[in-house]
Parts: sequence; C-alpha cells; structure tokens
Amino acid sequence: MTARSSALPARPRPRLSPARRARNLIMGALIGLSTVIVVAPLILIFAYLLREGLGAMNLEFFTRTPAPEGETGGGLLNAIVGSLQMLLMASVLGVGVGVAGGIFLAEYPRHPLMPTVRMLSDVLAGIPAIVMGLVAYGLIVLYFGFSGLAGAIALGFLMIPIVVRTTEEVLKLVPVTVREAGLSLGLPQWLVILRIVLPAAAGGIVTGVMLALARVAGEAAPLLFTAFGNPLVNLDPTKPMSALPLEIYRGATSAYDENQRLAKAGALLLILIIFATSLLARWASRRR
Amino acid sequence: MSEPLRPRSSPRAALSGRSDRTFQGLILALASVIVLVFVLSVYQLGRESWPALREFGLSFYTERTWNPVTGEFGAAQMVIGTLVTSLAALVLSVPLAVASALFVAEYAPKWLANPVGYLIELLAAVPSVVYGLWALFVIAPILGRWQQGFFADPANLEVYTRCQDIWNSGQTTLQCFFVPSAFDGRGLALAILILTVMILPYTASVARDVIRLVPQDQREAMYALGATKWEVISRAILPYARAGILGGVILALGRALGETLAVAMVIGDSQDIIKSLWGGASTMASVIANQFGDAQERLHRSSVVALGLGLFFLSVLVNFIARMVIARLTPKGIQ
Repeated sequence: MTARSSALPARPRPRLSPARRARNLIMGALIGLSTVIVVAPLILIFAYLLREGLGAMNLEFFTRTPAPEGETGGGLLNAIVGSLQMLLMASVLGVGVGVAGGIFLAEYPRHPLMPTVRMLSDVLAGIPAIVMGLVAYGLIVLYFGFSGLAGAIALGFLMIPIVVRTTEEVLKLVPVTVREAGLSLGLPQWLVILRIVLPAAAGGIVTGVMLALARVAGEAAPLLFTAFGNPLVNLDPTKPMSALPLEIYRGATSAYDENQRLAKAGALLLILIIFATSLLARWASRRR
Repeated sequence: MSEPLRPRSSPRAALSGRSDRTFQGLILALASVIVLVFVLSVYQLGRESWPALREFGLSFYTERTWNPVTGEFGAAQMVIGTLVTSLAALVLSVPLAVASALFVAEYAPKWLANPVGYLIELLAAVPSVVYGLWALFVIAPILGRWQQGFFADPANLEVYTRCQDIWNSGQTTLQCFFVPSAFDGRGLALAILILTVMILPYTASVARDVIRLVPQDQREAMYALGATKWEVISRAILPYARAGILGGVILALGRALGETLAVAMVIGDSQDIIKSLWGGASTMASVIANQFGDAQERLHRSSVVALGLGLFFLSVLVNFIARMVIARLTPKGIQ
C-alpha cells in the first residue's frame, strides 16, 4: 500500500484559501457543538432522575399505594397495575385494528377504499393525544363515567396509526415472489397472507407494536379525562384507574414533597421501561 | 394415473373464492375502524363545541376575552400562545437538529454515529410529563433565580414598574417584552425552551434519513473538484435534502402544536395577553389540560372542546401541508 502510493507522482496539495479553510473548520466545530447541545438534555434528565428517584425506588414503592396527602411513605403500586392493565387493553384495539389496517394497505392496494384508509391513518397519527382524550371522553365517559377502559380506548386510538404504518412497511418488504409461489401452489390469497406473508413479517410487526406501546405508555394527557386516576389498586376496568404518567403529572404539580418524591421515582421507572422497550424493539428489528 | 387439472369452476375454487372474500371482508371491517375513529372524532368534537361556536361564531378563535365568570370565551390568546411557542421552538430547534443530523451522517465515525443516533432517538421516547417534571424542578429554579436577580437591581425595578403600566393597559412594547413579569421561572420562555428540546429529535431523525439518501456520487463529484467538507454539505447535500428536511420540520411543527402536559406544567397558565417573554401564557392544549376537568358550566366546557376542535383541524392542515411539500419538492430518485 505505502510502496504503491509512493510510486505515484507526488499529488499537489490542494491549496485552500484561509477563508475557505476557516469556514470549514468553524462550521465543523459548530456542528459538533450543536450535537452536544442536542444530546445534553437526555443525559441531564437521566442523571437528575437517577439522583432523585433511585433512593425512593425501594420495596415500598412497588408494593404500596400513595400515602394520604401530607403523610410520608407509600408507593405507586396503583399506577403500575393500572398502566399494565390499560396498556394490555389498548393493545387489543391497537394491534387488532392496526395490523388489519396494515394488511389492508399492503395486500389490497387496488381496493377503492385504500387511499381513504391510508390518508386517514396518516391524519390520525398527527392528532394531538389530548384531543383523543376529549374524543374518548365524549364517546365513553359521558355515558359510562370515568374508567380504565375509556383510558385504554384513548390509548388504543393513539396506537392504531403507528401499528398500521410499521405493519404496512414490513409487509411490503416481503418479496412478491413469495406470494406468487404460494398462489401458484393453489393456496387461496387469505391463506398466503396468514400462513406465509404474516409469519415472514412477524418480527417487524412485533417491533412496531413495541414501539407503539413505548409511545403510549408515557401519555398522561388523554388519561386525564378518561381513566382519571385512582389512589387505590383497581382491577375493575369499568372503574377509574391510575397510571404512571398520571401519578407523575399529579405528583410533579403537587405542593407536597412526598408526592414530588414519588413522581420522580415514577418518572425514573417509566423512562427505564420505555428505554428498555425501544432498545429491545430496535435490537429485535436489527437482528432480523 | 394423471388426473386432469381441475377447472376454475370446481367446488374447491369456488370455496377458496368465497373464503378469500370472507377474509377480505374481515380485514376491511377492521380497517374501517380507522375511518370510524376519524368520523367519530369530527362528530364528537363538533357536537360538543357546537354551543360555544353557535354563541360566539368563528370569532371565538379571534376574540381576546376568556372569562369563565362572565361567560365570555374567545380563544385568540391561546391560538397566539400555541403559534408563538411552536414557531419559536421550531426556529430554535431546526438548526440544532439539522446540525446533529449532519454530524451523525457526515462527520462521526461509525462507532460514534450509532450511539449518538440512539441517544437522539431516546430523546424522542422521553414522555411529555417527564420533560415537564424536569423543566419544573431543574430549569424553572434557574430561570427564577435570574429573575429575582433582575428585580434586586433598583434600576430594573423602575423599568418593571414602567412596563407594568403598559401591560395593565393591555399592551406590550418590544422593550417590555424582554422584562420579566414573574418570579418563579415559569412562563413563555420556559415553554419554548422545553418544546425546542422535545421536537429536536423528530426533525433530527428525518433530516438524518434524508441526508443519508443523498447519492454518494454527488459528494464524490464535489470532493473531486477540491471542495471542503462544509462546501460539500452546503452546496450538494443540503440543497438535495432540502425538501425532505422541510417535510420533517413541518411534522415537528405538528408535534409542537399539540404538545400538552410539558407545556401546561411550565407555561404559567395565564389567559391574558402575552406581556413578556418571561411571563405566563397559555396554549390551546394547555388550557384543555388545565380547565376541562373543572369546567362545570356548559358554555365553558363547550369552549374548551372548541379549542380541541381547532387543534384538530390545525393538525390535519399541518399534516396535509407536510405531505404536499414532501411530494412536490422531493427530487426524483428519493422514495
């Protein structure tokens, strides 16, 4: 390598004017600095929550409900259990409709309704979460009262467009030849989709669902007027229910130190769960 | 032994045709839920905000008084608050986001580019309430200390009293806009700051993807002519990626318009006219979060939902513009 390049005639060094060289260096430095500024908040937030919240994450945090206002102690068991229930219920709606929507967009591109579904799914993706909370309030809470189910439906609405988008994208990655092979064996189209295309795309769909879950797990705004919150552990989906983001919101805006402490620990737990889910989803999609 | 091929009209083919139709019907029924959610949203928001819109007409969005006690509701201050916070956050975040995207795509070696890319994506995964909590407990006290320092100076106090007269008369001047009107750090500036951080990752990841799509020979051609790295970026890469970046910026604007709790927690929740960069304000989303639960009176509640309806149409509009921009300006070869 070195021998070869030395055999070449010496290349004249490009002569850069000082102005061009300076501009190049300054812009490079600014770009590096900007990147530090962009990444800094994440590190600062994480460090702050670790420092403030880790101490409060004891056994009591996971096994008790919040203490009455003004008293010390207590935990966020009600929120942890509530979040799990609502995410599970939201997944039924979000995954059922989302995956079907993705299959519809990818496998029936000539259907006359296809452009409408595609456009509305994109539109739904951009609608603010709090507006979905208002919608779920008017559709459910107005008639049946605050409930975990109403919260889950609001979260499910938010999941749908994310799942649709990722499902459609991974289904389109499955080669057409695979479908043709299935059809030429005499399989009906629906069996080709269910038995060949979906299994081939399963990894990507799971990744999309996990990303959607990570996204809605942190939403408090649509739960304010639907799940409403509950200081006790509640397993009845027709009753008000708490969730981690709700408790963080209430605690952070509360005047009591104890509630603030629980909110910080809750925030630490929430971002640890969300980071783990998103990293796992990325790792899974990369391994594929 | 060889059997003749079954004709298409055999019972089995008919069966598979029917089962295909059943499956397609099932998929279509589930996919129609998407259409249903949209229709129900429009219907629900429209029905609930009808009393307010009938009472005030479309001037609901342009009138300045918001007073639950006297039953007067005009959302101009929230509309302005929403636009000001979102656009200011956009202006601050776009250069930073594009720069970080350039760093990941053009400058950083692979061992650094991947972790930095991950970190930026994790920034997008941090929930709104956690940003709000951090801003409230960490950034607000810092701003608050600065504001108290400002008031500690007698000369500044004089400026403040002069500005207060202007503010009380329902106006503000450019000079008074930068005079603090609060002591606790919460207000318009903090809301803009936290929104900036929150929308950074959306623009950054779109910009990074678009920059990576710029064909390699565009770079090589310019390097071969002796261009510096910055010249390649500013003359070959950014013009080529412009449309995609602009689309990402508009999508980030959509996020900023609808961002709720982080803003609601730090903006100070004032429905008066925006007096000072450091004073309280409110956005459409923050008012929904702060007032919907307490709004007992029919007209008040309906007005809050009308804010939601406005926000709904604003986000639909932004979404359409983003898609149009991306479709119009994208050079051939991308997508």
